Amino acid sequence: MSATAQKTGISRQIRLPNSEAAKIALRSLKIRFWRSGITMAGIVLGIAFLAYVMVSGQLERTFQLQEGVPVDAGAQSHATQIWLIAISLLVSGVGITNAMLMSVTERYREIGTMKCLGALDWFVVKLFLFEAAFLGFAGSLLGAILGGLAAFLSAMTQHKSVLSVVSWSATLEVLVIAVAVGGVLSVVGAIYPARRAGKMPPADAMRTEM
Amino acid sequence: MIETAQRQEYAVKTLNVTKEFTMGKETLQALKGINIEVLAGEYISIMGPSGSGKSTLFNMIGGLDKPTNGKVYIDEVDISGLDAYELAWLRCRKIGYIFQTFNLIPVMTALENCTLPMIFAGMSTQDAAEKAVELLTLVGLGERIRHKPFELSGGQQQRVAIARSFANDPAIILADEPTGNLDLKTGKEIIELLRRLNKDKGVTIISATHDLKMLDVSDRIIWIRDGLVDKIERRDELDIAIGSLEGEEA
Ligand SMILES: Nc1ncnc2c1ncn2[C@@H]1O[C@H](COP(=O)(O)OP(=O)(O)OP(=O)(O)O)[C@@H](O)[C@H]1O
Ligand SMILES: [Mg+2]
Repeated sequence: MSATAQKTGISRQIRLPNSEAAKIALRSLKIRFWRSGITMAGIVLGIAFLAYVMVSGQLERTFQLQEGVPVDAGAQSHATQIWLIAISLLVSGVGITNAMLMSVTERYREIGTMKCLGALDWFVVKLFLFEAAFLGFAGSLLGAILGGLAAFLSAMTQHKSVLSVVSWSATLEVLVIAVAVGGVLSVVGAIYPARRAGKMPPADAMRTEM
Repeated sequence: MIETAQRQEYAVKTLNVTKEFTMGKETLQALKGINIEVLAGEYISIMGPSGSGKSTLFNMIGGLDKPTNGKVYIDEVDISGLDAYELAWLRCRKIGYIFQTFNLIPVMTALENCTLPMIFAGMSTQDAAEKAVELLTLVGLGERIRHKPFELSGGQQQRVAIARSFANDPAIILADEPTGNLDLKTGKEIIELLRRLNKDKGVTIISATHDLKMLDVSDRIIWIRDGLVDKIERRDELDIAIGSLEGEEA
């Protein structure tokens, strides 16, 4: 029948381009500035800690090489650090999930309305993941800078020569990894809330109570 | 197809639509077999007491929810057979929604709110913006396109919502108590606006309402009671009824 004849054309006619999704996501973050900031703070702290530990480790190895100390000297504290990092990242991730879940509940009408306007489930998922990606990227960048700075400052108290001997490219690499970890963490943490938002039935937009 | 051309074209048709909600062990029958037929271009009001099932019926007609039993035809297509893509397409292109609570996206300006359905429909940002300005001007908000919903009065927000509902030139507008949150005068303006758009654009309007002012502009009134169609009246048959209702209200 005509419904099946139209079918192939229809699926291509509904879309949400990435540029638009990004714009909408940024606006949603901006208008909830303080809330977004608090959510981001969790990522900043988690990634700052990660960057601090990573950059400190890198600086340490630089000095150990210079002074000819055997590199595996700190194996014990290394394991502890990995645990600490894992836990702090977990806390950041759960923080994102929690904040996003709240955001979904709060915006049930907005989500329902978008669906009434023709949004597919994955449009909504996409919007929430973009928001998480922006938050995660900005937060991790800030965190990586702060953590890296702290690592340098504390290294300088022991070795005055840090700035002259350090391998900047290695430091940059470490910071890029920290930012990437933060971004991925944030998006992964948002998957469950985003999918929940996507599944929200459009009929909810019509309901006046709540 | 030839066959449909010879018959009356119905914009909306429901066939024994029932809807049950189950909450725990209890089953609530919100719709108990609704049969209505709406011609293209008609202005229909659905009247009925609170809880009679108006919004539930709207959700069925608008493809927002599925009936428990029965069929809903939009432009002669049974929408229960549509998949998620097709339903989204239907909501985007065929139907415009207007809500009692306006339901504008709070983070977006009037212009962006109107643009959104057109973006979904695949229109370029430029074209969508031009059309949105045109529509906002049409509803009398040409000066306020850059305002956010919270900077607009209720009546103005509802105008934005009306402009948005017309974004993709839908065949059908579903308005669930569009004047429910507005004062008398603003409500009247909104009703007149809807009537004007109905005449000018030939769009079918179905509106659920408690608002007796709405009766004056409707072609037909469908009275719903307790999940069933109570009676269907044409406006010219209605005069006596309005008189007595207005008497009741005073
Ligand atoms: N999602 C739902 N879950 C359970 N019951 C529901 C749901 N939606 C509606 N109902 C019930 O169905 C009945 C009809 O509700 P509906 O919202 O359609 O009424 P209405 O005519 O729109 O009323 P009003 O004029 O107050 O808006 C009510 O008894 C309501 O409690
Ligand atoms: Mg209702």
